[in-house]
Amino acid sequence: MMDAGAARPTRVFRIETADRLSRTSAIIACIVLLMLVLLPVFAGRTLIQDLIFLFYMLALAQCWNLLAGYAGLISVGQQAFVGLGGYVLFALTLIGGANPLLAIPVAGIVSAALALPTALIVFRLRGAYFAIGTWVVAEVYRLVFAQVKALGGGTGTSLSPSVTSSVPGIEWIKTALDVRTPAARDIASYWLALALMAGTLAFVYLVLRSRRGLALGAIRDREAAAASLGVDIDRIKLAVYVATAAMTGMVGALIYLQKARISPDAAFSVLDWTAYVLFIVVIGGIGTIEGPVIGAIIFYLMQRYLADFGAWYLILLGTLGILVMLFAPRGLWGLVSERYDLTLFPTRRRLVVNEDRSQG
Amino acid sequence: MLLEVAGLRKSFGSIVVADDLDLTIAASEAVGIIGPNGAGKTTLFNLIAGGLSPSAGHIRFDGSDLAGLPPQGRCRAGIGRTYQIPQPFENLTVFENLLVGAVHGRRKTETEAVQACGEILDQLGLLKCANALAGSLTLLERKRLEMARALATAPKLVLLDEIAGGLTDGECAELVATIGDIRKTGVAILWIEHVVHALFAVIDRLVVLNFGRKIAEGAPKEVMQRPDVHQIYIGIEA
Repeated sequence: MMDAGAARPTRVFRIETADRLSRTSAIIACIVLLMLVLLPVFAGRTLIQDLIFLFYMLALAQCWNLLAGYAGLISVGQQAFVGLGGYVLFALTLIGGANPLLAIPVAGIVSAALALPTALIVFRLRGAYFAIGTWVVAEVYRLVFAQVKALGGGTGTSLSPSVTSSVPGIEWIKTALDVRTPAARDIASYWLALALMAGTLAFVYLVLRSRRGLALGAIRDREAAAASLGVDIDRIKLAVYVATAAMTGMVGALIYLQKARISPDAAFSVLDWTAYVLFIVVIGGIGTIEGPVIGAIIFYLMQRYLADFGAWYLILLGTLGILVMLFAPRGLWGLVSERYDLTLFPTRRRLVVNEDRSQG
Repeated sequence: MLLEVAGLRKSFGSIVVADDLDLTIAASEAVGIIGPNGAGKTTLFNLIAGGLSPSAGHIRFDGSDLAGLPPQGRCRAGIGRTYQIPQPFENLTVFENLLVGAVHGRRKTETEAVQACGEILDQLGLLKCANALAGSLTLLERKRLEMARALATAPKLVLLDEIAGGLTDGECAELVATIGDIRKTGVAILWIEHVVHALFAVIDRLVVLNFGRKIAEGAPKEVMQRPDVHQIYIGIEA
């Protein structure tokens, strides 16, 4: 112990975030993305519609995972921003005559702007009270939009075909891929959904790679200890809440552009936009970036092949959720990553030692 | 004085857990705190580190009043702490645990912080498990990680909360040697400990708390000779 200082060689440390495996997975991700971009050339309309659903559920799940899995904000009121985004799109296109493509980012900005005052209310609450508070706020949003007569009040309204067809590129898709207008509309929505999904994934990944990601990992594991190490918890939570609201709002706008019909009950549905999303994140693995991806694929497959069984489908969904919570609390991705030490989106910062004995 | 606690009082309803406490610590001084369970030792740490706010009294650190400053602000002011029950970020690696403190507690970039974190891990004997998940550590390693993480914030004062509890004699001796090394770097130490012989190997001054009150203070050996302290500590050999 005493002489260790003199004999110990000078050690130079450096940080390493990516390894060979992660470079491989980056290449695979690019190939998968390229294949998905080109898919409409080969795929039928049903598959395209299914994938739109998968993409927006995945984007919503990534947002909720960042919110609940990392920042510890267990919101059951994210449908507030899905519905808000949808209604902003309808208002801008139907009343304002704006282009739907422009309405999507505006829906994101409006959602972020309304997330700030919403946070002022719900951030006063902790734990279960926060969860209930967010739900109550979402209900208030629903009731407010049910009063807007210009947007159909409680029964809702539809987008006219002239609006849904005014997405730029639809004419080009029709001639390039030789399809009719409804199919071309789906393909345009497909690319938009793919872009939003990939954008959300990239955003979440970049956040987790940054210094804020380090703080979010700490908050996820031990909030009090994170504060005593200098992490500004309230500020990071607020930033995550506003950012995920913006992304959720944009996804909501896209969902209702694709559906072309909106009503307060559907747009602010806690089952569709929070309970299913929660299921995806929990069975996939909360607090990991891979979990929601796995969960969304499983949810999509179940929805695709089991939805015909009606009530039994929901019972099965619930049972699977409970089983995963009991026996694999870190989700299906947790089981895989524990056994094989695998990550698809590496965020680990590794310490590498360069022994420099010449100065010893 | 680095830390000045004056007239500090904290009560939960009718239960008083800190009663008119005064305490000062000079730069690079090591002070020990003993007292029976429920004497208010950990409460004092929470009041200093910002987890609790006092009902009355003042805490000044490094020349400024800490009132209203949240835990993260106190960390950045130079107060590092460990928890009695280790609180590692289990799903981060040991190195990442330190990086949190270095990046957020000192406002450094990750690249700037690497060298310091590596050196602390080396000093505390955690280099071999630097890239292991903190959740996989043994109790001794977790206790060392608590200290390493606090040091990564480059504190002027560290609060050690029963860091030697639950360790074997051999492990305890190693830990005491490490704390001695940390002392030599000029960091002031305020250390709560039940393992009195570990405490006495490091500290300059001893404070005894009972029912939220300071009942004795002074040179460690002399304080332990006092009859009132002896009465509380019957059966414990110094």
